[in-house]
Amino acid sequence: MAGNIATRQAYGEALAEFGADERIVVLDADLSKSTKTDIFMKKYPNRHFNMGIAESNMMCAAAGLASCGKIVFASSFAIFAAGRAFEMVRNSICYPSLNVKIGATHAGISVGEDGASHQAIEDIAIMRSIPNISIISPCDAVSSRFAVKAAIEKEGPVYLRFGRLAVPQIYDENATFEFGKGVTLKDGDDVTIIANGLMVQYALEAAKILQEQDINARVIDIHTIKPIDRDIIIKAAKETGCIVTAEEHSVIGGLGSAVAEVVCSEYPVPVKMVGIEDKFGKSGNPYELLKLYGLTAENIAAKAVEAMQML
Amino acid sequence: MEKKEILSLKRIATNIRKGILRATCSAGSGHPGGSLSITDIMTYLYFKEMNVDPKDPRNPDRDRFVMSKGHCAPVLYSTLAERGFFPKEDLTTLRKTDSYLEGHPNMKSVPGVDMSTGSLAQGISTAIGMALAAKLDNKNYRVFVGMGDGELEEGLVWEAAMAAAHYKLDNLICFVDYNGLQIDGKITDVMNPEPIADKFAAFGWYVQSIDAHDYNQIEQAIENAKKQKGKPNMIVAHSIKGKGVSFMENQAGWHGVAPKPDECERGLAELDAYLASLDKEEQ
Repeated sequence: MAGNIATRQAYGEALAEFGADERIVVLDADLSKSTKTDIFMKKYPNRHFNMGIAESNMMCAAAGLASCGKIVFASSFAIFAAGRAFEMVRNSICYPSLNVKIGATHAGISVGEDGASHQAIEDIAIMRSIPNISIISPCDAVSSRFAVKAAIEKEGPVYLRFGRLAVPQIYDENATFEFGKGVTLKDGDDVTIIANGLMVQYALEAAKILQEQDINARVIDIHTIKPIDRDIIIKAAKETGCIVTAEEHSVIGGLGSAVAEVVCSEYPVPVKMVGIEDKFGKSGNPYELLKLYGLTAENIAAKAVEAMQML
Repeated sequence: MEKKEILSLKRIATNIRKGILRATCSAGSGHPGGSLSITDIMTYLYFKEMNVDPKDPRNPDRDRFVMSKGHCAPVLYSTLAERGFFPKEDLTTLRKTDSYLEGHPNMKSVPGVDMSTGSLAQGISTAIGMALAAKLDNKNYRVFVGMGDGELEEGLVWEAAMAAAHYKLDNLICFVDYNGLQIDGKITDVMNPEPIADKFAAFGWYVQSIDAHDYNQIEQAIENAKKQKGKPNMIVAHSIKGKGVSFMENQAGWHGVAPKPDECERGLAELDAYLASLDKEEQ
């Protein structure tokens, strides 16, 4: 297993890896060293454009390029990509369903020291509500590479969510993924933990904690939040009877909500959510922040027990 | 331009104006004022300048037009219909539930529409992407943009202005339809965007100012724009809001209000009388 790698690093490397396709154009907004699109830029300088500190213009320019046959990756921090440029993404990219891939890095509170202004905890909620867009939130370098490949192959807008923090490798280098299909990382029949992004590692740890209490938890990685894998969620609801979701995002509108929407309408069972409880983040060491906001294996395990007690 | 050609363009423009009145009247809403003020520019572009083919509206080498002031969909649709992209009869389905003619331009549903617009300033910004794509692919198509003067109050315009100059997009030709009026009144009272020409010049654009209703001036400005290299082009086109329909001219109230049937008839009668006068002039 390789050492810890940030998903944004894997994003930049994947862009460079798949960048030979002449249709691919990468835009950045003065953050190419942080979003890691500079890796692509070094290899294909003529197809990388710095649009300056102007995310709104970058998104519309991406739409224009895509309307002329380009596959455009437009990158910035998640807070600016989904937040500041929301309406440009909605009206110029998603409404005409143009082939723009939004490479949003530095998502969640694990941004750390920069603090609340830079910690996007609502980006999935915002993006998920726009028609025509797909959303992938990978958990490690291997699935990030898949996310970039899937985005290139998928016609239309895709929002890719990457983190700043180096994260452990969850998947084997040869793992295969399918767009829109969740992955069962560990089987179990007492409770299901559904996670994505950096919370997948903690979901697996939580399963170990639960095992010590003789609770056999299933762990699912939902890398594609939209369209969501309804089948794997319904199957989990039926077979394990309760669910805990874990995400580095607000509990309002993110993965937890998406899972609850499926469960409520198809096979109602208790769903507990681990995420950010409707409050802003703050400055601090990323690992300390994760603990402070309850984004831990222990909290997931505790919620799993709570969910089981509701049965 | 020869007189005969000017008369021909005026005739086409008058028919486009009639389409604008019919469409907005039938819809019972829409934006006739700013549609009528930019009609002559649209006429010149689609009937003299632009390389477009109604039979092949998605040709990758075509010139593009982006109606950045998307609320002026009526003039875009009427021009496209006049040019043969879709039947003129369809204009009266504008804004109706079962129509493909959305209230604001939709590139997915309307043949000949190159970009979906409606939210101001996003059009010019998307046009930058198109112009950049042409440069990247070494293609010589041009990207034309129609903007409103009130639209210049949107900050995104200036992000786009900076980027266009930075990337030396001389294949971008923008028109500001400078009719001086926006929904709440005179642009100079609501939020003064002046000095418009100086601002774009300061942003590194090649700027010209013309009379938006004079075909010779439109032609000259476009020819000048085509000759200069290295800068994006801004043509500040001084226009009359509601141009061609006497009771609509220079009235902010006609920005977003459709003519009622009797008003539409009066307007159409004026435009028909103008057509007759053009016939006389030709003889």
